[in-house]
Amino acid sequence: MRLIGKQLASKLLWVLSQVLLLPALLMTSVQAFGASDAAVDEAQRWGLNMTEGVTAVSREIYDLHMLIFWICVWIGVVVFGIMFYSMIMHRKSSGAVPSKFHESTAVELAWTLIPALILVLMAIPATSSLIKIYDSSEADINIKIVGYRWKWQYEYLGEDVSFFSNLATPQDEIYGLAPKGEHYLLEVDEPLVIPVNKKVRFLITANDVLHAWWVPALAVKRDAIPGFVNDAWAIVEEPGIYRGQCAELCGKDHGFMPIVVHAMEEADYANWLAGKKEEAEELKAAMSQTFTMDELYARGEKVYQANCVACHGANGGGGLGPSLVGTGITTGPINAHIDVMVNGVAGNAVMPVFGNQLNNIDLASVITFKRNAWGNNMGDELQPVDILTFKKNQ
Amino acid sequence: MTEQLNKNLPVRKIVARLVVVVVAMFGFGFALVPLYDLFCDVTGLNGKTNTEAFVPVAELIDTSREVTVQFIATNNESMPWEFRPEVFNIKVHPGQEVETTFYARNPTSGEMIAQAIPSVSPGRAATYFHKTECFCFNQQLLSGGTDVDMPLRFIVDRDLPDDVNTITLSYTLFDVTETGAIQVDSLTAL
Amino acid sequence: MGDHGPAKGFGRWLFTTNHKDIGSMYLWFSFAMFLMGGVFALVIRAELFQPGLQLVEPEFFNQMTTMHGLVMVFGAVMPAFVGLANWLIPMMVGAPDMALPRMNNWSFWILPFAFTLLASTLFMEGGGPNFGWTFYAPLSTTYAPPSVTYFIFAVHIMGASSIMGSINIIATILNMRAPGMTLMKMPLFVWTWLITAYLLIAVMPVLAGCVTMMLMDIHFGTSFFSAAGGGDPVLFQHVFWFFGHPEVYIMILPAFGIASAIIPTFARKPLFGYASMVYATASIAFLSFIVWAHHMFTVGMPIAGELFFMYATMLIAVPTGVKVFNWVTTMFRGSMTFETPMLFAIAFVILFTIGGFSGLMLSIAPADFQYHDTYFVVAHFHYVLVPGAIFSIFAAVYYWLPKWCGNMYDERLGKAHFWLSFVGLNVTFFPMHFVGLAGMPRRIPDYALQFADFNQIASMGAFLFGFSQVFFLFIVIKTIRGGQKATDEVWDNPEGLEWTVASPAPYHTFTTPPAIK
Repeated sequence: MRLIGKQLASKLLWVLSQVLLLPALLMTSVQAFGASDAAVDEAQRWGLNMTEGVTAVSREIYDLHMLIFWICVWIGVVVFGIMFYSMIMHRKSSGAVPSKFHESTAVELAWTLIPALILVLMAIPATSSLIKIYDSSEADINIKIVGYRWKWQYEYLGEDVSFFSNLATPQDEIYGLAPKGEHYLLEVDEPLVIPVNKKVRFLITANDVLHAWWVPALAVKRDAIPGFVNDAWAIVEEPGIYRGQCAELCGKDHGFMPIVVHAMEEADYANWLAGKKEEAEELKAAMSQTFTMDELYARGEKVYQANCVACHGANGGGGLGPSLVGTGITTGPINAHIDVMVNGVAGNAVMPVFGNQLNNIDLASVITFKRNAWGNNMGDELQPVDILTFKKNQ
Repeated sequence: MTEQLNKNLPVRKIVARLVVVVVAMFGFGFALVPLYDLFCDVTGLNGKTNTEAFVPVAELIDTSREVTVQFIATNNESMPWEFRPEVFNIKVHPGQEVETTFYARNPTSGEMIAQAIPSVSPGRAATYFHKTECFCFNQQLLSGGTDVDMPLRFIVDRDLPDDVNTITLSYTLFDVTETGAIQVDSLTAL
Repeated sequence: MGDHGPAKGFGRWLFTTNHKDIGSMYLWFSFAMFLMGGVFALVIRAELFQPGLQLVEPEFFNQMTTMHGLVMVFGAVMPAFVGLANWLIPMMVGAPDMALPRMNNWSFWILPFAFTLLASTLFMEGGGPNFGWTFYAPLSTTYAPPSVTYFIFAVHIMGASSIMGSINIIATILNMRAPGMTLMKMPLFVWTWLITAYLLIAVMPVLAGCVTMMLMDIHFGTSFFSAAGGGDPVLFQHVFWFFGHPEVYIMILPAFGIASAIIPTFARKPLFGYASMVYATASIAFLSFIVWAHHMFTVGMPIAGELFFMYATMLIAVPTGVKVFNWVTTMFRGSMTFETPMLFAIAFVILFTIGGFSGLMLSIAPADFQYHDTYFVVAHFHYVLVPGAIFSIFAAVYYWLPKWCGNMYDERLGKAHFWLSFVGLNVTFFPMHFVGLAGMPRRIPDYALQFADFNQIASMGAFLFGFSQVFFLFIVIKTIRGGQKATDEVWDNPEGLEWTVASPAPYHTFTTPPAIK
């Protein structure tokens, strides 16, 4: 019965939208978006309804949503039915003579009490779902999520694993210079990885302004508030990749800080975690390594794309942040440049303190890149060990 | 209301009364600030904990129960300090006074003042989490390149609801070097 | 006041204390703001026509969403209702003018300054307000562009204007009624405005307090909304929505009054349940003070708070339902005709009810975790505000314009305007329900490919809706300049004192109070 209801619901929504939008549809040409055919085929288009999601809670919310929706539809059918009946039958042009009645305590009382009763019926399942969502039993995995302008940081508590997750969509796709990929704006360089069938607790906070961490398939949406921690949890039942976005206006790139959750089998998760730790070890070892100029430049370009491009522009020309082409910092003394990158700029809340966010290799690379890109041609380069020395000496 | 009555209410009087309402509601907007704090204290909204040292009363330790207390540390905005808890979690018995430390280091060359803001999750555990000593009660001043182990002592209340078995205590470290002096004064005024 | 007519030239408008002149100025000002806010909306819809960034940069996009909201709420809807109140309330209660005519003049004339100030921020260094019309801290304090100070002053001036307007309306209604016009004999438009005015008096000062705290945080080193100094960004939201939720009803209660005037006229049957309409309006006003945190279900409130605000919010459906049922019953077994005001009023009832349904869905806290801050919310509040506030204002203009200027509007053009607006509105906002449910957050300048089709349709609808309003301007000007002369009654036996005076309404009406049956 419930299933039929669901099918009916999506059918009805579909038909409604088609009727409403038919003329517009004729004009819609997807190719005009500059998206590749394959991407368009695969992107789940014409999404109409809330996702059922992959957790017990998300399914419960979906059912609740459909229940309330259908109650509203039926009330609408009755009310609008009577309304259209009178508009058709009681027209002056068809000779209707107006009645004079204008009140009835019984009727007015009835339509105060009956809706109140319906509301009670709605409140019961809503309350029970809410209580389940607020369950605070012990979790298997605790992950701290920090919202930054404009990226997310994930820290696996007690595991010494922590990383940033940046938008991976290239600027060229955004500005229509390259065809848009399947997961346009919903792809990151490093997704949050969690195991299935484990209770994962998210401790959500923010570094600067309000953000909100939202993954529809997990039915988790919590505001990230600077100075305060919020919690939410999910037990994902199916392995897969689930995408979401920041859901609280946080400034310029609010629309460009997606969330990707990769849920895997427990064994795969353990492997991933071990790999992550190994990676951290390797990185530590690499800190003392020496890189060639080309290696630094190439790596630095990637780091720039992920971390700097939002404010300083694709070609370093500036935007929210100052231009980096031929300006004091990028073409001035190298130590001042390192200082800005490691410690930020005093009194400027917008420029992040990358000393805490990027490792020494990335810092060395990106500084090298900036000093040699876009015609800056300073010719100097930095090694990770230089950053380490700088940090130690300051 | 009868006709007689509204003739008795001159415009001037109506206006005077309405102006009083306007002024009162403007004041009410500001009164929401302490009201909200009071509301937070009572309900643990936003996971706010006590801002002044809790004076412990001799309490029995409930050894039959164990609660996990997790510690997390976050830097706000452009705060360049290293800041982390010494241990990630501790198992405690309700009623037992426990001590742990947070490590902070100022890697810059200048003197800086920091303020740590605590927050407890789940929020409703906040009212059952009593700090007897905390580095968050005062601002922390560190000269360039120095570090410090900052103490925290707390008791988890024996009345903590049964279904809460993990409490997360989060500290966010704010750079208040510029506004710090004002705040220090107002703290001593308290 | 003697029997002299209006002064000549610009001085007439600058120094006027006549409620009809001031009402007209409010209405013209509101329409200008409506067009300006509409242009901002079209910038938004043009950018969202397809995925990718084509026309504007995200920073400017955010300024557009913010200014669209502020201008529509404070510049278009509220002044339009105040304008209608100015024109109609004295005539409806049989008063010669507003109780405080000079204050009436000031409360209008400070508005253009407020909005010039607000609009000028767009040309300032760092751009205009870009933090959404809800201006949540710390985005609007620590991270705000420098123009935020001008924004705060503009809000203060708008608030002062609203407060003065409300005091005037309350004083007029309580003091200036003609003998025999008891409260329970007042037309519902007067009743709903009385209650609205009380709401304004109660919450506009709270908004003023809220922006004053922002100002202090920005310039005087206080920490109301910053955690570093012991404040709390969530407190901002509580203070803001304590103002914001009643504000939502401020924009809809007068619309209820308008529908309650128009539907009986064209159903040729008295309004059903007058008394319950009054009580329902009062209940809605009362409830509006205890539901504010339903805008904040995701901030991490304790469960008791979530439950309280969820139940209280659901409860609003009861008095709102009573109103809808009463309107439907008024039509039932009437003798209906469908002139333009009636078409807008019927569309108001239907579409507002649809917006009410999505409101009921949003009130369910667990489901709100999925709806919150998505286009589903955008669809919801546009369904209550555009057909709710804007359509009712259109309905009111078509209904009373013949009384104001003495000429009938062109029925054919009026109907065309209605159908263009009706189709445009639904094509714009209905698809937003779908993209919202499918997961599109609000206030984003660019979106994933799966949202592309519905967004393209919504954008086309928005341009249709936008251009229909230019057509409306044409109809109104054409009516004012000439046309078939209206009778004094204008409609078929309408109820109300305003229909007992000549068309066009003389410059001074009811200098001697009318006799009330």
